[in-house]
Amino acid sequence: MADALKLELVSPERELASRMVRKVLVPGLEGYFEVRPGHAPVLSILRPGVLRITEISGAETKFYVRGGYVEAGGEEISVLAEYAAPLEEFNAEKLARELRWAEEDLADARNDEERRRLRERLDFLNGLKQALETGF
Amino acid sequence: MPSLKDLRNRINSVKATQKITKAMQMVAAAKLRHAQEAAEAARPYSRRMNAVIARLAARLKDQQGVSPFLSGTGREDVHLLVVCTAERGLCGAFNSNIVKLAIEHIERLKGEGRTVKLLCVGRKGHDQLKRPYRDLMIDDPVDLKQVKRLRFSHAYEIADRLIRMFEKGEFDVCTLFYSEFRSVIKQVPRPLQLIPARIEGAPEEEAGAGAATYEYEPDEKEILNDLLPRNVSVQVFRALLENAASEQGARMTAMDNATRNAGEMIRTLTLDYNRQRQALITKELMEIISGAEAIS
Repeated sequence: MADALKLELVSPERELASRMVRKVLVPGLEGYFEVRPGHAPVLSILRPGVLRITEISGAETKFYVRGGYVEAGGEEISVLAEYAAPLEEFNAEKLARELRWAEEDLADARNDEERRRLRERLDFLNGLKQALETGF
Repeated sequence: MPSLKDLRNRINSVKATQKITKAMQMVAAAKLRHAQEAAEAARPYSRRMNAVIARLAARLKDQQGVSPFLSGTGREDVHLLVVCTAERGLCGAFNSNIVKLAIEHIERLKGEGRTVKLLCVGRKGHDQLKRPYRDLMIDDPVDLKQVKRLRFSHAYEIADRLIRMFEKGEFDVCTLFYSEFRSVIKQVPRPLQLIPARIEGAPEEEAGAGAATYEYEPDEKEILNDLLPRNVSVQVFRALLENAASEQGARMTAMDNATRNAGEMIRTLTLDYNRQRQALITKELMEIISGAEAIS
């Protein structure tokens, strides 16, 4: 069994990572699961959450992912996320501000269409906030 | 016969035009590079998405309960055509080509007695289509004019709208029209059927043990039904990116031609100008000489 895993993390806009890593903790629809080299083939839908990558060096890299699926098996894992970004790109302060704005906008929304869109955005921001606070 | 002054004015005005077309060509070339990079960056995602869907769809081919995003509504009565064009003109026949293809489809579908609905993305297509097909338009065009860089969220919004309309049963088949980017000088307008999904290419045969032992979480059907609506956004995104690259490519070619034509025009005008000036000088000389001869 090899001790490294080929990870590919792709979003529709760009390829975020394509490298060898040690293991990956994936937010699957039915809970987090860890993928190490030699994992049984699996295809799972992603739940919004944090993808934790343990690099070869032992360091940990975190990505916030949302929507999409993960396909893993053998010495490969590919994560296709509709939205993916390194967790460091966000900071709590800015996020809190955006949350407040979104809530205010929601209160001012004039029609259902707008409300629905804002609720989606709020949902997204809340997920991100939780990810940032708890690391999951 | 235009006077010398008229000619001079025309030469200057053509020169000014040439400067503008030259600048536009260079801007388009720079934008084209970005657009191409973006289109390429988006390719792995859509390719993989397609591969997984194709595999799942093949496995679930004969089963019940597969999402109507793949199986369709069982009818083909109401067609929604999404026509994606540019927000700006001066890019050769780029917009017209897409519109022409869309019109062909509209007429064919109408001939078959289907109901056609139209949604435009981009102002230029809307401008061309609103005259003959105003009554088919379901809404104002989706406005991407302020968009500097196309993000996935733009495609998501369009797709989201389509998905909700489909769920409400407002149409049976959705086809998107865009221009495929082949090269700087070649862009091909193409239809792309979004709903029900057309799976491109046969699923690749999986090597050995892979296929059978896959563990699905949740089960295959649910994954497929989750991925299909998502795939609509991906397809829209891909089409919009291709369109953006095509637009810049078309503009670059068109502006290159315009610059060359302007150069040609300047040459002939300058020739005319010089010839007339020479004629004028000759005429004046002749007047002087004949005047002098008359006196002596």
